[in-house]
Amino acid sequence: MNVLFYIAAAVAVICTIMVITNYNAVHALLYLIVSLLSVALIFFLLGAPFAAALEVIVYAGAIMVLFVFVVMMLNPESQTIRSPKQLLHPWMWFGPAVPAAILLGELIYVLTAGSSTFPVNAGVGPHALSRTLFGPYVLGVELASILLMTGLVGAYHLARPEAFRAPEGDDR
Amino acid sequence: MNPILRQIIIIVVVMAAVLTASAGLIWLERRLLALWQDRRGPNRVGPFGLMQVTADMIKIFFKEDWIPPFADRPVFVIAPALLVVTVLMSFAVVPFAPGFVVSDLNVGLLFFLAMTALGVYGIALGGWSSNNKYALLGAIRATAQMLSYEVFMGLALMGVVILAGSFNLSDIVEAQKNLWFCIPQFPGLVIFIIAGFAETHRLPFDLPEAESELVAGFHSEYSGIKFGLFFVGEYLGVTLISAMIVIFFFGGWLGPFLPPILWFVIKTFVFICGFILLRASLPRPRYDQLMSFAWKVLLPLALLNLIITGGIVLAVG
Repeated sequence: MNVLFYIAAAVAVICTIMVITNYNAVHALLYLIVSLLSVALIFFLLGAPFAAALEVIVYAGAIMVLFVFVVMMLNPESQTIRSPKQLLHPWMWFGPAVPAAILLGELIYVLTAGSSTFPVNAGVGPHALSRTLFGPYVLGVELASILLMTGLVGAYHLARPEAFRAPEGDDR
Repeated sequence: MNPILRQIIIIVVVMAAVLTASAGLIWLERRLLALWQDRRGPNRVGPFGLMQVTADMIKIFFKEDWIPPFADRPVFVIAPALLVVTVLMSFAVVPFAPGFVVSDLNVGLLFFLAMTALGVYGIALGGWSSNNKYALLGAIRATAQMLSYEVFMGLALMGVVILAGSFNLSDIVEAQKNLWFCIPQFPGLVIFIIAGFAETHRLPFDLPEAESELVAGFHSEYSGIKFGLFFVGEYLGVTLISAMIVIFFFGGWLGPFLPPILWFVIKTFVFICGFILLRASLPRPRYDQLMSFAWKVLLPLALLNLIITGGIVLAVG
């Protein structure tokens, strides 16, 4: 199990690095998908098959498809790819580096504190997860769905006049 | 028997059976279409033209495997494989008979939905990497169509999950001992079949490759064995959706007298023939009709079915 975990984790880390270093937008997205799949595998190895399946269905299967879809439609040219290279100047890394350092510190602490602080391989099946989600955490689920509903209504409002103005057979 | 050895034998048997069946479908489809359209179909090679599959395969293997110079090479090569791999992975959770399953996952149904969701990439990336406007249009259509129909496919199955109380495919089959779910879940069955057609982008929902408008859609630039993979992937998809219809709504391997595996094969075969018959009989809708039908008719229907099923189960149980 441990070996499998480290392989999946290594794949996830390498793929995520490839995501941010790749200049081809579609290739970067493909690496991100592989990274999400390896995270799903990690969930599965930790004994949460339901979370793993949802990770693949929702993130890799739906959200990333939309990302690929949009990038496919826009098809960025080589000039637009070159411009972020010029935008980056040496002090850019300072802002993101602070929270990243905090996370790194936390990670080091967790690793040195040993595995006894968090239970691993407890095995959370679909029944247990659903009971937790719709039992003690039902308020959170409802709040999240209200937020999503707001986003949906907002998106509908923003997209509506455009859709009415576009003539038949336009390149929608 | 050694459990690991047993599992390997099951994997090999399933792979061989599924790949042979989908290759055989190429012949079956042409023969059945010919029958229904009052022609003869391929009948020259071997008895009843059965060796036509072999001839087609030899031809496809010996064709020049051409990658267009303007294509995105690595993505272009990997796209057809992605499609076939995701469909083959789905067969890992299909219970062909009691105990005869590669992996009896407790989230088997979700695994099937996840693999179907990943199948979109094969087509979307194939169309994009070809760097051809017809291929891209086909890929865009396919992506939008498959994304939308995935939603109803999942929702239609939730009624089955409520009745069976499990995501495990073997449990779902066992729960149909007294009554097949095609009767209490009839709306779910109809929605699932329609969504299945859209997922496998078969006629009447084959707009991603509508040859009258898009050359060959997302696989316009593909030739040789890469085209063959797309082709086989489509038939694998048809086999998979037929098998899933049987598992979720028609009692899987359950049935009197005959051995379970035979029941499963017979039922699946009937639905595969249904797929082909519908291809022979229905015209193609317009693309916007396809999408508005999905969101305006199927989504409310699927939600209503889910609410009513949940209400009845709560009231009775």
